Amino acid sequence: MSSTTYLVKGVSVVGAEPTDLLVRDGVVLEAGASAQNAQVIDADGLVALPGLVDLHTHLREPGREDAETVESGSRAAALGGYTAVCAMANTSPVADTAGVVEQVWRLGREAGLVDVQPIGAVTVGLAGQHLAELGAMATSAAKVRIFSDDGHCVSDPRLMRRALEYVKAFDGVIAQHAEEPRLTEGAQMHEGEISARLGLTGWPAVAEEAIIARDALLAGHVGARLHVCHVSTAGSVDVLRQAKAAGVRVTAEVTPHHLLLTDERASSYDPVFKVNPPLRTQKDVAALRAALAEGLIDIVATDHAPHAMEDKECEWAYARPGMLGLETALSIVLDVLGPDWPLIADRMSRTPARIAGLTDHGHLPAAGAPATFTLVDPAARWQVDPTASASRSRNTPYAGMTLPGRVVATFLRGEPTVLDGKAVK
Amino acid sequence: MIKHLLSAADLDAQHATLVLDTAAELANVSSREVKKLPTLRGRTVVNLFYEDSTRTRISFEAAAKRLSADVINFSAKGSSVSKGESLKDTALTLQAMGADAVVVRHPASGAPHRLASWVDGSVVNAGDGTHEHPTQALLDAYTMRSRLGRVAGLHVAIVGDVLHSRVARSNVLLLTTLGAKVTVIGPPTLIPVDVGPALSPDLRVSYDLDAVLPDVDVVMMLRVQRERMNDSFFPSTREYARRYGLDAARMRRLPEHAIVMHPGPMVRGMEITPEVADSARSTIVEQVANGVSVRMAVLYLLLGGK
Repeated sequence: MSSTTYLVKGVSVVGAEPTDLLVRDGVVLEAGASAQNAQVIDADGLVALPGLVDLHTHLREPGREDAETVESGSRAAALGGYTAVCAMANTSPVADTAGVVEQVWRLGREAGLVDVQPIGAVTVGLAGQHLAELGAMATSAAKVRIFSDDGHCVSDPRLMRRALEYVKAFDGVIAQHAEEPRLTEGAQMHEGEISARLGLTGWPAVAEEAIIARDALLAGHVGARLHVCHVSTAGSVDVLRQAKAAGVRVTAEVTPHHLLLTDERASSYDPVFKVNPPLRTQKDVAALRAALAEGLIDIVATDHAPHAMEDKECEWAYARPGMLGLETALSIVLDVLGPDWPLIADRMSRTPARIAGLTDHGHLPAAGAPATFTLVDPAARWQVDPTASASRSRNTPYAGMTLPGRVVATFLRGEPTVLDGKAVK
Repeated sequence: MIKHLLSAADLDAQHATLVLDTAAELANVSSREVKKLPTLRGRTVVNLFYEDSTRTRISFEAAAKRLSADVINFSAKGSSVSKGESLKDTALTLQAMGADAVVVRHPASGAPHRLASWVDGSVVNAGDGTHEHPTQALLDAYTMRSRLGRVAGLHVAIVGDVLHSRVARSNVLLLTTLGAKVTVIGPPTLIPVDVGPALSPDLRVSYDLDAVLPDVDVVMMLRVQRERMNDSFFPSTREYARRYGLDAARMRRLPEHAIVMHPGPMVRGMEITPEVADSARSTIVEQVANGVSVRMAVLYLLLGGK
């Protein structure tokens, strides 16, 4: 716990009238508590949000420390306003045992910039054949509650059913990468007009929609929780609407890039725009934005996917899919949703914290609550410079774009991880 | 003139016509005893081939040499590329050697676009994956013009595996630019989703070869790989040939003046029967000869020859 007291002066908590926040010993104190010797942070014009929570982050460690480490990814997260990230399991070795998830969890604690909550693999080696020891990961020090083969779909319907059922014992959730693999063999981009012109093998929307529909029916049948990763199509929104109306316990995420960019970007053949699921059409973007505002899509998750230079500076077909996202997510959501701070707080912090079971996160900075929040300058505009990223990788699709909103400070349990827009360590 | 030729869409009608007119002038060189012009003396043209293609490589090589350029053939096999060198590093090497033009054939769609962002010289797409093959489209248009006197107003049927064909894409783009009416024909599995809006608002799509044949001036048959049937694009080669192959009976449905084209290499007995391929309507051998003239014109114009 910090011994320093911080006085955040004149901050607007999720858009409310400016107030002062006094922070000590990891919590926000009652108004009127002594502010003696407090370090003052002038927050005039700044907005406070509960610390952002990312349900979908690739930290690459262990295995690809040249692309990202738990520490570098944590720093990028803190700079983006995050206080917790859920680390995907597709590392090398795969996070499919208690040993690996505990290693990632421990590395996160050592970095100390955000809470790193490991996600466990659903199947051994992400191979889609045998269930990994989900219970052992759940009872490990990492207390895994989200399980995902992300990067791969748990496509075998019987295995998916078993996984959904099995994790009910410890209130787990399966986060599905919805992609019917037989419909996407060799796929390079969204199947449509642009893929027809570019001669790149198409990834049809139905490959996602069919799996979401199947899994929603399975989850309903066995009464389990399902989370759908990176929803990318208008059709998926329709499927989610039906499933939710039927009472299925399904939640869904959308990435910032699917809220902003379209498949037109592939026309450059620059693989920085290659991602899985692929960028879709303007119609899909519009449907995703509306679904996020309405709550049919519950949260924004980054799918932050760092890649080494050589995996992107090559031919489109040979490049790995994925884009950076942690440092730009809030700005893009602000751009897309507008300054609706309560909505942003819900979609980027409160609801993802609830889905992940991270009880320390997702709370408004108010008296008695954990001092885990981020301060945003909504008036700032900044130009994305890939070389300025705290990530070890440079594969941002937003290079050169000017975005609104800048994270000024981030606090994790009363300790600043970012001050004056710079990471404290 | 444009700097690179990456797509047939890079050429507007005026530039495309200029290429064809220039090719016609340069064709005279090929009929002379000394088949050489000094135009590109001292310039370096690199043929960078990541796929085996004797036909196209030789055509480009002959074209560059007839313009007196220095030609370097860089094939992916037995080179640094087979040792894992990236396209970018290869590009930088060619750049350091002072390549004025790089002619690239590559199995990945868009590789020439990437290359063009890394080298200062001109890049000519000699076929990239399932994307485009613009000089093939130019030589096809040239062949139509020399046989039928014009391209504008012709009705061209492109038949076969449009989905995987770089020849089809480039031809649709170029021929519609030049004012031809184009119909693509094939089993629905081999026609790309949204192909019409993707390539040209005027493009027609048909699944019925027999219905279209009486109305065409040109029928262009595309190669169909037998392996496609393993991916269930069609049930069998026999059924494919029966529904979409060009045999003598179908050829008789064509108007008297209509010609039969094929970019090669042909799969005889699949998309075309030997008697059609060897008939008087067939332009297949002419297409090869015209290829050299058209590629001379492209190199000449891209490298700013006078």
